[in-house]
Amino acid sequence: MGQEILIDEFRSRFGEAVEGVSKSFGDDVLVVRPGSLRSLMTALLDAPFDYAVLLDLTCVDFTAGEGRFELVYHLYSLSRNVRLRIKASLPAGNPVADSLVGLWKNADWLEREVFDMFGVHFAGHPYLRRLLTYEGFEGHPLRKSYPWRLAQPRIPMKDKV
Amino acid sequence: MSGLDFLTTRLETALGWGRKYSLFHYPFITACCGMEYMSAACAHFDIDRFGAGLTRFSPRQADLLLVVGTVTHKLAPVLKTVYDQMLEPKWVIAFGACAVSGGIYQNYAVVQGIDRVIPVDIYIPGCPPRPEMVLDGLMKLQDKIQHQKQDWRWARKS
Repeated sequence: MGQEILIDEFRSRFGEAVEGVSKSFGDDVLVVRPGSLRSLMTALLDAPFDYAVLLDLTCVDFTAGEGRFELVYHLYSLSRNVRLRIKASLPAGNPVADSLVGLWKNADWLEREVFDMFGVHFAGHPYLRRLLTYEGFEGHPLRKSYPWRLAQPRIPMKDKV
Repeated sequence: MSGLDFLTTRLETALGWGRKYSLFHYPFITACCGMEYMSAACAHFDIDRFGAGLTRFSPRQADLLLVVGTVTHKLAPVLKTVYDQMLEPKWVIAFGACAVSGGIYQNYAVVQGIDRVIPVDIYIPGCPPRPEMVLDGLMKLQDKIQHQKQDWRWARKS
């Protein structure tokens, strides 16, 4: 079955949970509601979509507006050799999304990275703690509200000689 | 000049000569500059010609610390520990723009020059530096070792 037919079918199946469909850089993009992220992803993992690989999960901070944080998922189907991009916007106040660790194991560290860098929480994650920065680091450095160039040394630093 | 002064000067010269041609280095390699270090260390450019050919992978056996590449705040305590583990007399070369000044990275993660953590003897800039520059830096360090006061009571550098 062709990718376009599948996307249409997916859209009619989930109705309002899929807010928009577009194409960019050669891949299909689905804009979805964050609340139904887990059910959508479960469907995409199964046949006929068969997106067996979670290539990447990242986040974008758009600073202002309702959907300040936008999660971006990249999926890849080994059997059909196509990719799919999923976007979901989260509010600024308390950004929470469903954890996908149960579906793809590598979502574990990807979600920890997004939590570390952007402060997005993932409900249902088994062990959500910082991945790249260290114990005692305050704030989330890739948020636009993080002070520019603010370092948090672990040991005392000498002044520039 | 008394006879004793003459002897001391000769001893210092001999110590300096011995030390500058037997630099056992510890490569603290974190980033892409490591490729340039390999080039400088192996047969094409061959730092063994300058007596620095023996790479030691234990800081306790080394007396030259080569900090090659970006050092982050997460890594800074490790670098400090490695430096503290080395025995006196010891020297440090900051290899590449990142180790010298943080290089292109001025952000929350990267230490703005390793001299904020440990004392540095020779700075080799470049992104990455050419092996010729590394050899030049090594020769400058040898010159420094030859002409510095040879302290055999190992006063701590801070």
